[in-house]
Amino acid sequence: MSEPTETTLIKTPDASSKNVFGFWVYLMTDCVLFASLFATYAVLQSNTNGGPSGAVLFSLRYALTETLILLTSSFTCGLGVLALNRGHKDKVLKWFSVTFILGLSFLVMEINEFNHLVQQGDSWRRSGFLSSFFTLVSTHGLHITIGLLWMIVLMIQVLKKGLKPGTVRRLTYLAMFWHFLDVVWIFIFTIVYLRGAIYP
Amino acid sequence: MSIIFAKILGKFTLSSLYNGPITTGAAVSMVLIVFGLVGYLFYTKRWKWLYREWLTTVDPKKIGVMYILVALIMLIRAGVDALMLRAQQATSVGSSHGFLSSNSFQQIFSAHGTIMIFFVAMGLMFGLINLVVPLQIGARDVAFPRLNATSFWLFCAGMVIVNLSLVIGQFSAAGWLAYPPLSELQYSPGVGVDYWIWSLQIAGIGSLLAGINFTVTILKMRCKGMSLMKMPMFCWSVLGSMALVIFAFPILTATLTLLYLDRMMGTHFFTASGGGNIMMYVNLIWAWGHPEVYILILPAFGVWSEVVATFSRKRLFGYNSMVYAIWAIVLLSFSVWLHHFFTMGAGADVNGFFGIMTMVIAIPTGVKIFNWLFTMYRGKIHFATPMYWFLGFLVTFTIGGVAGVLMGIPPVDFQLHNSLFLVAHFHTMIIGGVVFGYFAGITYWFPKIFGFKLNERLGRYAFWCWVVGYTLAFVPLYILGLMGATRRVDHYSSLLGWQPLFVVAGIGASIIALGVATQVLQFTVSIIQRKKNLDTTGDPWNGRTLEWSTTSPAPVYNYAILPEVSDRDPFWAMKHNKDAALTNTPHYQDISVPKNTPMGLFIAGFGFLLCFALVWHIFLLGIVGLLGLIFSVIYFLSEDDTDAIIPAAEVKKIETAAAFERAYA
Repeated sequence: MSEPTETTLIKTPDASSKNVFGFWVYLMTDCVLFASLFATYAVLQSNTNGGPSGAVLFSLRYALTETLILLTSSFTCGLGVLALNRGHKDKVLKWFSVTFILGLSFLVMEINEFNHLVQQGDSWRRSGFLSSFFTLVSTHGLHITIGLLWMIVLMIQVLKKGLKPGTVRRLTYLAMFWHFLDVVWIFIFTIVYLRGAIYP
Repeated sequence: MSIIFAKILGKFTLSSLYNGPITTGAAVSMVLIVFGLVGYLFYTKRWKWLYREWLTTVDPKKIGVMYILVALIMLIRAGVDALMLRAQQATSVGSSHGFLSSNSFQQIFSAHGTIMIFFVAMGLMFGLINLVVPLQIGARDVAFPRLNATSFWLFCAGMVIVNLSLVIGQFSAAGWLAYPPLSELQYSPGVGVDYWIWSLQIAGIGSLLAGINFTVTILKMRCKGMSLMKMPMFCWSVLGSMALVIFAFPILTATLTLLYLDRMMGTHFFTASGGGNIMMYVNLIWAWGHPEVYILILPAFGVWSEVVATFSRKRLFGYNSMVYAIWAIVLLSFSVWLHHFFTMGAGADVNGFFGIMTMVIAIPTGVKIFNWLFTMYRGKIHFATPMYWFLGFLVTFTIGGVAGVLMGIPPVDFQLHNSLFLVAHFHTMIIGGVVFGYFAGITYWFPKIFGFKLNERLGRYAFWCWVVGYTLAFVPLYILGLMGATRRVDHYSSLLGWQPLFVVAGIGASIIALGVATQVLQFTVSIIQRKKNLDTTGDPWNGRTLEWSTTSPAPVYNYAILPEVSDRDPFWAMKHNKDAALTNTPHYQDISVPKNTPMGLFIAGFGFLLCFALVWHIFLLGIVGLLGLIFSVIYFLSEDDTDAIIPAAEVKKIETAAAFERAYA
């Protein structure tokens, strides 16, 4: 447990601060980036070039597992921020470690899925549909990777420096980033996997 | 062994260094200029000074100066390209084939367009925004000063990549927007298109970060009393432009990435086979590209609003309608992109919609033109150089705008698509609107940054060269376009009768070049004779907005005491309301300013290495660049102690010295 003095000092920056507002604006630009990739996917979805469609390739059960893991990681990330607000250094480390493990599991599952598809000859070179599928989903995966790397860096900072204002601010950004990726994934799950399974 | 070489050298071979006499000659002279500069810096032992004062600076005023310097150098580089294009088209007729090969010609027009838009127009724009916005809103700095420096160095890295293509390898020959399938690997197997992609990618990310930065700066850092509707019009226009950056530039990032994936990874986004969709590229690139032209023009509109009000000695007419016009333009600019390719064949309904939207967007622009005219009406107009630029703008921009509305009619566009009429139209808008606007802005705010005015007489000479040269260069192109001349032709039959008009256009381009030379002379003469044009009052033009209330050149912290405003033209009100004048001694406080940091330079440097490696497929260099980039970003984001304090006593010393200079200069 941390000392009570720390508890009174720590406060996560609120949305009106210019830093958090700036990060929100950044997230909106990332949103536009994903929107462009979603649009690309929508255009190329039916261009299977004689190859398999989503209905053949996607396993809904697998994608649902991925989704649940990522949603849980968002929940544990939220618990981490609650601990951050109360200034509990140990709990912050604990919850962000759990988030990290869940995020890593998600990433491993995604890489496994990609590997499987490539092994059976359905890589991004196969068709316009698969090009856009791989690009959209792996852009999300790349964001998750960056998030995980960032989490390691911040946990090291918390371990070394404790909950200093700078570290608290950065953890707040990270949490926003992580929740944002969760929202994007929900769209991927709905538009790519669910829709792909319904419409052959 | 060959695998190791492939990892170290990628696609590079010795023959990449020689590309015919003209290109290689240009490359050698460019390398010599760079070596000359480096040698000069060693000779005068200026490296430490350069590093401390400029390379690591986070002061937006200095960053703005560097943006404008780079943009002006690039204006000369891409201007030489333009002269070569004009010379080729004036001479390559009938049995004569001019002095450029088709391939060189294509590379030159691609480089000309790319550099003019990304490294001249964008550079001038971000330069002026950096110089003016914090001062106008009464702030000491931008929201994220270190990020601001990073944006600039990313812009610089993009500039270096574009110019490096002249020395090592070749540039894209696929035009400034690199339409597929021409830009796909199958038809452009060289490194040219990759140079184009990565130059734009890295500069574009810099612009995106700058867009976020200035949006937050304007929304969160205005001084006390400055509500949004009391903000200077330039800041409003910048806010509109930055909103467009935020929504448009991610589309560019995505599109360039997809094109590179097609070329590098064998995906099928825009390929003609394999389930790709070529027109998707054209849609995506214009979904960024059309807002981009408004990104460029809106701040120029802002400059006009300041210039016209100041030199007419009147309040800006129709402030509210100006604001609404800006936001109407911002919204509508996302609903007109298809007018760039009516010929795609989307059908009458779609073309009809986009044609009507194109005409609708001319309305808010017209509102602004009339507001400036009404501001001048019954004003006491002072014909300083910025006002000359404004009058030139008014005529050329209106002509170009009307030509644009004409082309917004789909059946007309089917005739004019890809013709020189189009080329003449967008040059009218970009030269007459954007470039004139930023020249006026530079002349107007120059004394605030450097403490002395530019030479007015040479400024007027430059203006006349530009206006006359511009008219001679582009009016023939309108006519040629109507005669059926397509853009990007490097040779045509003598029976067509086009040559006289092309010769006139070439003469016009030379007169513009004379204008640029006059501007270089203007800067030189003004610096030499700066004692004659010193601005000792801080208010050389009888200005209206806050920036004129501080000293010239503005101190590093902009304002010793943060201002408080209650009027739209706060400085004007202050000057004309004697009761409000400050009579008591000011009470100075400690000022916190961000410390210099080389991290922006490092991030852009490693980003440059990564991009260069991706162009040439050099595996090992790519790894070095990527790791360097990751670690420098982590370091950048982890720094805690980023601010330094200027103590109150020091502030007082600086302010007293400035007051002394004002009184006795």
